[in-house]
Amino acid sequence: MAIPMSPSTAASSPKWHGSRSARFLGLLFLFAVVASYRLTEVKPLVLFETEALANLWAFARGMLPPAHSLAFLQTIWRPVLETVQIALLGTLLAVLIGFPLSLLASSTIAFAGPLHDMERRSPLVWVGTRLPYVLSRLLLNVLRAIPELVWALLFVRALGLGAAPGIMALGVSYSGMLGKVYADILEAIDPAPLEALQSTGASRLQMVLYGWLPQMLPNFLGYTLYRWECALRASALMGFVGAGGIGQHIELSMRMFEYHEAVSMILIVFALSAIVERLGDGLRRRIV
Amino acid sequence: MAQSPASALATMARAPRLRWGYVIGLVLLALVVWSVYDSGLSVRALLGSEGRRQMALFVQQMFPPDLSPALLRKVWQGALETLAISFLGTLLAITLSAVLLGGATRTLAASAAFGESVTMPLLWRLGRALLYYLCRALLNLFRSVPELIWALLFILAVGLGPFAGVLALGVHTAGVLGRLFAEVLENVDRRPCETLQAAGATRVHVFLYGMLPQALPDLLSFALYRWEVNIRAAAILGFVGAGGLGQQLFIALNLFLHQQLLTLIAAILLLVILVDLCSALLRRTLV
Repeated sequence: MAIPMSPSTAASSPKWHGSRSARFLGLLFLFAVVASYRLTEVKPLVLFETEALANLWAFARGMLPPAHSLAFLQTIWRPVLETVQIALLGTLLAVLIGFPLSLLASSTIAFAGPLHDMERRSPLVWVGTRLPYVLSRLLLNVLRAIPELVWALLFVRALGLGAAPGIMALGVSYSGMLGKVYADILEAIDPAPLEALQSTGASRLQMVLYGWLPQMLPNFLGYTLYRWECALRASALMGFVGAGGIGQHIELSMRMFEYHEAVSMILIVFALSAIVERLGDGLRRRIV
Repeated sequence: MAQSPASALATMARAPRLRWGYVIGLVLLALVVWSVYDSGLSVRALLGSEGRRQMALFVQQMFPPDLSPALLRKVWQGALETLAISFLGTLLAITLSAVLLGGATRTLAASAAFGESVTMPLLWRLGRALLYYLCRALLNLFRSVPELIWALLFILAVGLGPFAGVLALGVHTAGVLGRLFAEVLENVDRRPCETLQAAGATRVHVFLYGMLPQALPDLLSFALYRWEVNIRAAAILGFVGAGGLGQQLFIALNLFLHQQLLTLIAAILLLVILVDLCSALLRRTLV
């Protein structure tokens, strides 16, 4: 008995198999591969030339053993602490910026749902409630779309070297992510408890405090903790553009061919992020 | 004691939770206060007249943005390069993670699904276990080292330029995708695989006809998600010399060509939004 399927029919969903758009997509894909290959000057063979291999070998040999002298640890002690501080304060700033924006950016708070049942329906109210919503969504998208290291680069120029631009950069770019997710959480909330509160004559503030907060808090805290973990890894790189923390020293060591120092600092960052992840997991289990 | 057992139980279950909340809150507050003092961060310096003046000056210097044809042409080139880096990097990552996953899942994790017989020679099984752990370790290493550090490393090997960026993105993303792909493949419904096997299909056929059709939408979805992440990463890899818009941004800033900044940032913004849209579109057609 012949097998009735060819690999392509088995592997593809019927939605796009054999249609003209599938062929178009395939051609587009091939074109993109060839064009990108030429644009990025890919030369796979360079990777296996003696010079490249020698450099990689020098790195591999140079990184062992990782630096662990007391003098070295004393010099990087401060930057490591600074990395933790940047992550913490950056996340805090992101919450402080992102939360108010998320209130504006969630339809259930801004103009729809039980909170707005008793509103007069005039065009002025319509515009007055929709405009902040659209604008804040737009702002959150822009904050999020620009990578945190670009923000860091800009803040370093505006504020000078140090921890401050790192904190600002994390705060601004993560507020975009936090705000977006907060808004989504707020919109996904079950309206039934709110309606129950409303029917007992609760004010809007009471509805938010007793109907909204208990529902959203676990998700809020969970996602914020996750972002804090990301922030630690991001703040370890902030120094690459001069925004404080351990990154500055990692880059310098790499550039000065002190690979054993670079590796030792990278290991410290691993350890830190593992600790923060454990801490986050513990907190999540306690609170969420 | 008039308290009913149920409510007593409820207070018992609730009290420690609440207290923990306070403890954690206090510890966090202490950490924040310590951070502010210890890092020498001065809110006054940031938001005081001096800080505000500096920031205002910087923003002023960015206006009006440089929109000369020469710069626009350069930005266009840089944007194309960034796009190409992210695209090829993601593609390389998919290939690399597929190869490594082949080593990592076809041995131990999937052996149950594939009904690996235990009658294999010991040495053979040992070799497979070794391969499995090697592949897993490589994927972990790839994932935990950030792309910026991979970029520095590959610049050492292949010199400055976008190729180093492609390699850096490819290697780091391979680690991430490897983990995500493994999860998808392990959560596949086993029954179709077992049916195929009972019908006498080989392992390759079980994979192709039993696992892949189920997993493909999720695999594609994750690959597209990483492409969205990688376009952002590709835009900053240039800071260490791995080509693209990031490199132009870095140079413009170092040469104090502040009027070019806004144009470059707008280009990054547009590029990121464009890739997000493309990814959403592809997700809707393919997944």
